[in-house]
Amino acid sequence: MAPIRWAQPRACAKWTQTLRASCSARARSYATAQTSRGGRPFRLAIIGSGPAGFYTAYRAMSRIQDAKVDMYEALPVPYGLVRFGVAPDHPEVKNCQEKFEEVASSPNFTFVGNVSVGTPSDHPDGCTVPLASILRHYNAVVFSYGAAKDRTLGIPGESSLKGIYSAREFVGWYNGLPEHADLAPDLTQGDEAVVIGQGNVALDVARMLLEDVDVLRKSDIAEHAIETLSKSKIRRVHIVGRRGPMQAAFTIKEARELMKLPDVAFHPIDQSLIPADPKTLPRAPRRLMDILLKGSPTPPSSSSTSTSTSTATKSWSLDFLLTPQAFHPCAADPARVGSTTFERTALSSPFDPHAYALGTAQTVSLPSRAVFRSIGYRSAPLPEFAALGIPFNERWGVISNDGGGGGGGRVQHEERTAGAAMAYGRFPGLYCAGWVKRGPTGVIASTMEDAFATADAISRDWGSGDVPFLNPDGEGGEAAGWDGVRRETGVGRARVVDWDGWRRIDRAERERGRLVGKEREKFTRTADMLAVLG
Amino acid sequence: MSTPRLLAQTLPGLRLAPRRAAGAIAQHARCYTKPSASPAPAAISPCSRPAARHARWSSPFQRRAFSASPAVSHGHVETPKAGEELYVTFIDKEGMEHKIAVSKGANLLDIAQAHDLEMEGACGGSCACSTCHVIVLDQEYYDKMPEPDDDENDMLDLAFGLQETSRLGCQVHMTPELDGLRVKLPSMTRNLQSSDFK
Ligand SMILES: Cc1cc2nc3c(=O)[nH]c(=O)nc-3n(C[C@H](O)[C@H](O)[C@H](O)COP(=O)(O)OP(=O)(O)OC[C@H]3O[C@@H](n4cnc5c(N)ncnc54)[C@H](O)[C@@H]3O)c2cc1C
Ligand SMILES: NC(=O)c1ccc[n+]([C@@H]2O[C@H](COP(=O)([O-])OP(=O)(O)OC[C@H]3O[C@@H](n4cnc5c(N)ncnc54)[C@H](OP(=O)(O)O)[C@@H]3O)[C@@H](O)[C@H]2O)c1
Ligand code: FES
Repeated sequence: MAPIRWAQPRACAKWTQTLRASCSARARSYATAQTSRGGRPFRLAIIGSGPAGFYTAYRAMSRIQDAKVDMYEALPVPYGLVRFGVAPDHPEVKNCQEKFEEVASSPNFTFVGNVSVGTPSDHPDGCTVPLASILRHYNAVVFSYGAAKDRTLGIPGESSLKGIYSAREFVGWYNGLPEHADLAPDLTQGDEAVVIGQGNVALDVARMLLEDVDVLRKSDIAEHAIETLSKSKIRRVHIVGRRGPMQAAFTIKEARELMKLPDVAFHPIDQSLIPADPKTLPRAPRRLMDILLKGSPTPPSSSSTSTSTSTATKSWSLDFLLTPQAFHPCAADPARVGSTTFERTALSSPFDPHAYALGTAQTVSLPSRAVFRSIGYRSAPLPEFAALGIPFNERWGVISNDGGGGGGGRVQHEERTAGAAMAYGRFPGLYCAGWVKRGPTGVIASTMEDAFATADAISRDWGSGDVPFLNPDGEGGEAAGWDGVRRETGVGRARVVDWDGWRRIDRAERERGRLVGKEREKFTRTADMLAVLG
Repeated sequence: MSTPRLLAQTLPGLRLAPRRAAGAIAQHARCYTKPSASPAPAAISPCSRPAARHARWSSPFQRRAFSASPAVSHGHVETPKAGEELYVTFIDKEGMEHKIAVSKGANLLDIAQAHDLEMEGACGGSCACSTCHVIVLDQEYYDKMPEPDDDENDMLDLAFGLQETSRLGCQVHMTPELDGLRVKLPSMTRNLQSSDFK
């Protein structure tokens, strides 16, 4: 078996820095050239087929001569959050899939679908291969497995009461993610919903609750979601944040979209939270504050400024300066949430985008039998990391890496030495990209830039000739890649989905969609996806 | 115990590379700085594809596989008729100039992609991603363009290195008034911060 070589940790922060600074100067000279190690093929395993995985593959294959990429994906279908996160009414965002198809059409690219790496597959039809086996058959590995867990609030009632959904589950459910196909959220218990958090995911959740079901019907939304949403009684959505509008995480396009929903009214915001003269603000916050101040063309029917002729059938508000404290059971059904109490906060400096929220001890209660917690996703270490000594920063929820500020995503172990200097232990051949490198924020464009930075680091390291990689002297000078892993682990070929297999599933979904007048009708069970392949 | 050693124990057959001496690293660091950081000389290639084109993908086989993909709908621009050429110059991230002859109506994203300049266009020109951000170099030309609409401005608000004359390439169409336009592709990697790109 091909041995793996690891370098020793280097106890010199200074060198790492110098190296990094000078690398960026060098980067320019690589922009169009390809790197190679004496013509030897470069075997790269990528774990996860979201945008981070695909954009890393694309860039690595264009930068490194004879790079062969095997992309492992736990689900039978590719694209990660582009398929299971991006809202169904945003089909244009999914156009990046065209680029991914282009990448996958390269003869040097292999899709290894339905194979989970380093953690048991979460569905009964899936295969699992140990990370240790991957490490034995490649020159380098990129972790781009995203963030499949939730941040939690850790407040009373959160895990015990029915009717509290994490945005991740809810989004996965309406997008047909097999893991949450059975969520069956109950939207018929009352007419109010509370969404906790004010990021773009919170706005997506709110839009799904407020938008006309007939608009959604034509999208690739899961059929079970259309059924549930068409019976929804929710008419009023509170999107609750612990800070103010100047600190909100959502972006202008998504806010404008909600404002424009026909017959949906926005309850005016408290103007004292916006600087008296917004014209003096920088461009982006100025334009956002303008939208919030302007509100929706449809006035809320109960608002004092409205006439009795308001056409509003549903409404929403941004409720600022409230931090969640506890969920309380509903009187009629003690197993279900009936209200949420929030502590009112005050900002350290109301118009500073980095202001923090301080408690005021004053509380506010919002009644609602449907609560959506949208305070962010979270990455977790693969279970094998502990045994292999691969460092994971629990606090930031990322694989420890040198990636700060657009860096290379080289996995590294940090340790404070006796003299208080930082010591870095490098893990040759191990890299990360996307949400597991940077944390669960950023749109596809920023994930792409970040993946490019990782691929550029890999190509620089490989091209330098003396940065160590895994398996430097594999059989015949070449690591065996997926063939080696398959031989070693005995994973049955039958259940592995290759790119052609995915294209057949894709065609079957489009055909199902055509029959019901939709772009696509997704399979929401892995068994149904695999059944297409016979 | 150092982490890689732990790994060595876990993986049978794992060998540790000999420890690098600090001197060797220093040498290594110096050799990285060798290529000068002075700006590359401007290469003007009117009406022709930049030389970079063939260098990006190693084998012609790959290129074929890529350009044959039916899914790729963008990047197609018509060759201008003789005498009707409009010129646009792109200044890429390395400071190289690419002067391209195009026909009326073509948008900057399609032009850039057809000439293999580094512009992603992740949303395929639907004004939903800002990866086609360009900076117009002359205010005079910027003023000749129809103003960006709300959708374009909303995406520009998220673009890296936004300037007064920033536009989304997919939304700018060539017209005779724009003949001689010069645009710069912003260098993104330097100011990548998730906080300014939510
Ligand atoms: C609800 C939501 C909506 C969004 N909407 C937009 C939008 O409209 N526009 C926009 O620009 N951005 C949007 N984003 C952000 C965008 O989706 C992310 O920036 C991007 O998907 C992150 O990419 P990634 O590759 O790091 O992770 P992911 O996309 O999560 O990909 C990770 C992949 O790894 C796989 N995987 C996990 N574990 C394993 C394992 N052990 N073995 C093998 N495979 C594994 C997963 O199944 C998944 O396919 C949205 C995000 C969310 C959550
Ligand atoms: N259309 C799109 O472009 C689109 C759509 C969806 C998602 N995305 C992107 O995907 C990324 C993830 O989105 P996201 O909404 O999950 O994350 P996010 O943008 O980080 O927002 C998280 C929200 O949760 C709040 N929060 C966090 N911890 C909290 C706590 N303990 N108590 C109360 N509130 C808490 C945050 O408030 P504080 O600010 O006070 O911490 C913030 O309002 C973002 O970059 C987003 O832009 C983009
Ligand atoms: S290509 Fe996405 S905004 Fe222009």
